[in-house]
Amino acid sequence: MMDFSPVGAFRFWQRNLLIFRKTFPFTVPENFLEPVVYLLALGLGLGAYLREIQGLPYVAFVATGLAASAAMFGATFECTYNAYVQFYYDRSYDAIVTTPLSAEDVAVGEVLWGATRSVIYGTAFLLVVALFGVARSLWALALPGVFFLGGVVFSTVALAFTAVTPSIDLFPYYFSLWITPMFMFSGIFFPLDALPGWVQTAAWFTPLYHVVRATRALAFGTPVAAVPEVVWLAAVAVVLLPVPAVLLRRRLVQ
Amino acid sequence: MALVEAEELLKRFGSLVAVDRISFQVREGECYGFLGPNGAGKTTTMRMVCCTARPTAGSLRVFGLDVRRHGRAIKRQLGVVHQSVTLDDALTVRENLVVYGRYFDLSWAEARRRADELLAFAELEARADERVSKLSGGMQRRLMIARALMANPRLLVLDEPTTGLDPQARHAVWDRLRQLKRGGVTQILTTHYMEEAEHLCDRVAIVDHGRIVAEGPPRELVERYVGREVVELQVAADGAPAWAVAEQAAGLAEGFEVAGDRVFLHTRDGEELVHRVRALRLPVEAVVLRRATLEDVFLRLTGRRLRE
Repeated sequence: MMDFSPVGAFRFWQRNLLIFRKTFPFTVPENFLEPVVYLLALGLGLGAYLREIQGLPYVAFVATGLAASAAMFGATFECTYNAYVQFYYDRSYDAIVTTPLSAEDVAVGEVLWGATRSVIYGTAFLLVVALFGVARSLWALALPGVFFLGGVVFSTVALAFTAVTPSIDLFPYYFSLWITPMFMFSGIFFPLDALPGWVQTAAWFTPLYHVVRATRALAFGTPVAAVPEVVWLAAVAVVLLPVPAVLLRRRLVQ
Repeated sequence: MALVEAEELLKRFGSLVAVDRISFQVREGECYGFLGPNGAGKTTTMRMVCCTARPTAGSLRVFGLDVRRHGRAIKRQLGVVHQSVTLDDALTVRENLVVYGRYFDLSWAEARRRADELLAFAELEARADERVSKLSGGMQRRLMIARALMANPRLLVLDEPTTGLDPQARHAVWDRLRQLKRGGVTQILTTHYMEEAEHLCDRVAIVDHGRIVAEGPPRELVERYVGREVVELQVAADGAPAWAVAEQAAGLAEGFEVAGDRVFLHTRDGEELVHRVRALRLPVEAVVLRRATLEDVFLRLTGRRLRE
């Protein structure tokens, strides 16, 4: 039996926003530095040899891919470590489910907040790399929407893992077996065309692949190419959203 | 009118029966306590009242509403103080209150105004803009009580509100709770401190192994099961065992219990009993006369002490 209220989810989202407003001077740069390091190392280092990929300057190719991954990391850190600490150590979730909010409200509010962080990190990164001539089309203005959709998917999967993991020590596996392979094989640093067919098929089933493709399509002004990617993300978001809600209810309501 | 009504309430976790068909009522305006050792089912009962544990069987109504179907409506009128600290560590004292008020749909302005009132009530005005991790344990507990009051609850639920606090902080919490009771706030609390139950509760349910073994006003329970006074005999280490001493002295008292190396003799006239025990010249190291307490009731009913 599901017990969900959009107002409840919004209240929880607001709470997270308030906490974020107090902590972002510390957390944003830390989330930001990594993609910048990748961009400098690969975009400039490798880009010196590899001028163009798929008709794009290599640095622009990598920068758009990294914006998508920044969105992924923003949602993933929120819904793994941040959520876990509040859930298991601070026990804030236990307190919140005795207010009018339900476990489902908390789960959906947390997913929406993770998606919001995707928008913040993805967009902020994009603004910085705009200096590298990345955003060539006004369609780039639609990118926060793509980051949000992708963020819902990343958050849903991460929160479902957080709701069932028996220990904080298992999060490194979540990263090394799921996040890092996605990061390497979603066409951020190189197109997947040259890889075996099964790698491309596997990539199709992961969300980052679609966020990367949609990001490039909009940034470089080919919006029609973004449509199937957005449909994929929206469909998966809708199907997966109830999963962490059900799992979190099991943990919070005995 | 009863704000909480439980009938044959049962909660099972797998094969473990945590709450075993208990029935009780909490009336408007009273403070009702569950007194029992850890593992007696107190917290599980509180969780069912707060709609965060679903009853396995039996009925539980809060404000006349079924907890299985009306969780959200019940929780709207509930103030809950959890056993462990559940404050938002990243937020300040005041922000913890305001955010909590928002969960109950208070407007920002209303939540801020109410937070100011409750900061005064909890005597935390001077710490309002500090992070909660900077507060002492007693202050955090006062803040949790203040937070529970944000939406003017009809019923305050407190799960071991003073566990882990030093005596001074405990008294500060008790003062607040008595003040709230005078203001008409109905309270339901759990504790394993008998002094706490005696100080705060109009009626207590003594619980053990998921069952209510006795229920009533604290003094009445003591009178009914123990009497007015207790003479405590500390048995000499090298003398006869406690049960042997108890057998010799039992005839003098109205009832007795043995716990470890001590014998408790129940009586209405303690001084007379002390004289008669002394006259027997039993192998005891000390004879102490004291008032009978809920602890004696618990020992009498379960054969064990509340806190070993």
